[in-house]
Amino acid sequence: MNWISNYVRPKINSLFSRREMPENLWTKCDECGTMLFHRELRETLNVCSNCGHHMTLVPRDRFISLFDGGVFTEVPVPPATPDPLNFRDGRRYAERMRSAQRDTGEAEAMLVAEGDIGRTPIVAAAQDFSFMAGSMGMYVGNAIIAAAERAVTLGRPLILFSAAGGARMQEGILSLMQMPRATVAVQMLKDARLPYIVVLTHPTTGGVTASYAMLGDIHIAEPGALICFAGPRVIEQTIREKLPEGFQRAEYLLEHGMLDRVAPRQDMREELITITRLLMGLSPEVKGELPAPAPPSAPETKPAADPQT
Amino acid sequence: MRGHIDAIGNPGAPMHTYLDFEKPLSEIEGKAEELRAMARSNAEMDVEREAAALDAKAQSLLASLYSDLTPWRKCQVARHPDRPHTSRYIADLFTDYTPLAGDRGFADDQAVLGGLARFNDRPVVVLGHEKGANTQGRLTHNFGMARPEGYRKAVRLMDLADRFSLPVVALVDTPGAYPGKGAEERGQSEAIARATEKCLSIGVPMVSVIVGEGGSGGAVALASGDRVAMLEHSVYSVISPEGCASILWKDAGKMREAAEALRLTAQDLATLGVIDRIIPEPVGGAQRAPEDTVASVGIAIAELLAELDGTEREALIAARRKRFLDMGANGLAA
Ligand SMILES: [Zn+2]
Repeated sequence: MNWISNYVRPKINSLFSRREMPENLWTKCDECGTMLFHRELRETLNVCSNCGHHMTLVPRDRFISLFDGGVFTEVPVPPATPDPLNFRDGRRYAERMRSAQRDTGEAEAMLVAEGDIGRTPIVAAAQDFSFMAGSMGMYVGNAIIAAAERAVTLGRPLILFSAAGGARMQEGILSLMQMPRATVAVQMLKDARLPYIVVLTHPTTGGVTASYAMLGDIHIAEPGALICFAGPRVIEQTIREKLPEGFQRAEYLLEHGMLDRVAPRQDMREELITITRLLMGLSPEVKGELPAPAPPSAPETKPAADPQT
Repeated sequence: MRGHIDAIGNPGAPMHTYLDFEKPLSEIEGKAEELRAMARSNAEMDVEREAAALDAKAQSLLASLYSDLTPWRKCQVARHPDRPHTSRYIADLFTDYTPLAGDRGFADDQAVLGGLARFNDRPVVVLGHEKGANTQGRLTHNFGMARPEGYRKAVRLMDLADRFSLPVVALVDTPGAYPGKGAEERGQSEAIARATEKCLSIGVPMVSVIVGEGGSGGAVALASGDRVAMLEHSVYSVISPEGCASILWKDAGKMREAAEALRLTAQDLATLGVIDRIIPEPVGGAQRAPEDTVASVGIAIAELLAELDGTEREALIAARRKRFLDMGANGLAA
């Protein structure tokens, strides 16, 4: 990943390590238990060097590693009505939201950005599993719609990174309605003949899988990602038997025809560049070290890719 | 996934399945029936006045119980085994019903029924989840929990409707999509997503009626059309109250609280702008007077279809998409 070390500006660098304070230099792999040093994790994009487990990568870090030079512009997302049902279980939903915002430094569970990957203009949306398990509520729906609309306006592909425990129960029926809402967003891209690529990351479950995550032109998953509608525990309770090893994991879904590819995180960027350039009818990517891209204020001035030519 | 029904046995009374909150009612109705049974075996006894008084008492209790059902009680009513199910609606409201089977890939899933039919003489495609009316039926129809083949059959039927310009009538009644091993292997998520997508892209009118349980994604797959109506005591939710309670309250027994918090009643959904119409149920719920319920649903379907008549394909699709894009913007203040 020398393009990162070469071109990432100091400001971005400090942003990248923002969540890893000195007292938190070591992270335990939740799969094999190995203690991993933060610098190493940054290098491997949060992939365990011992077992290859792909740990959660928050949207901001993912975008820094995805976009050329780590440079991207956030696409604004219309705010959603806060706590539309006035929901409380043991705790108020509004309170849960505030602590999720405090812990993550993000407004909600999805981030939308535009920028270039390998000099290919794209719009990207990424779901934040660290924000209330990435759950899909009105805001996530708004984010997907904003992403699709922006992609259509700019004539760019949309790449969506999914990660969610499912629907946001605290928004009740309104969270369920994000399934058709997000589907309408996908239809905007299809009507405009723009590629919609879904990268399914661990875990992608419930209503998220059963809507926009399974409607891509291309489905790529990260290795070992749990991808399902009903979770393994629910199924075990229903059928009263143990599920086989690897059930509902990315490799299993690939074998059962639900995915196009499984690609390790380290290769994902190159995969996405190749695929989007093929689908957009662009020339092969110029590899090697390129000068840093223009500042993020000017992406619109670049020659826009025209899917029709 | 499914809630238990506390059926209180009451030999002698008409074949009612009483819900737990209907216990006082079952006692009164039981007593009235007992009196009449005694009178039948003893000609000297005159019990009619007393029995009639009990009937009146039962009727007023029934009315008061059902005038103010809590969300959890509505869930129980929505799941009542004697409620009319999809096959009953099809039999009573449609003619020339010609069931069509199969997803053309793997199997025919009996949890989703559908086919060609006439509604008020007009050719349509009708489809819906079927829960089954008795033990055998429930097994055949898998309690209305569809596998991918069910949703793929629905997609096929919606495509057929689109090609031949037939309106689609969908009846929604499912605890949710079936959480099974095979269902997951064969792409439950993709099948649901494609069915929702199909609802949103056909160029013919689509009216859905939630007649019992609208359980999560499995319901959305058949309810993403132009108009959605709900029977008065039906429910529509992102998760079952039991499921929500076990996740958020860490106690499945807190389903009453969860049902309250989820806002899953027809009344709340109308306030939120998620549904277009509430269809009133007879006193005591659909299960007490299935025939009247079916007739009311028929009238609602006719009126909702009439609202959509004459709309061009493109305008229909655009309005349907806008309906969902605009949905929920104001929360309960809608
Ligand atoms: Zn590991």
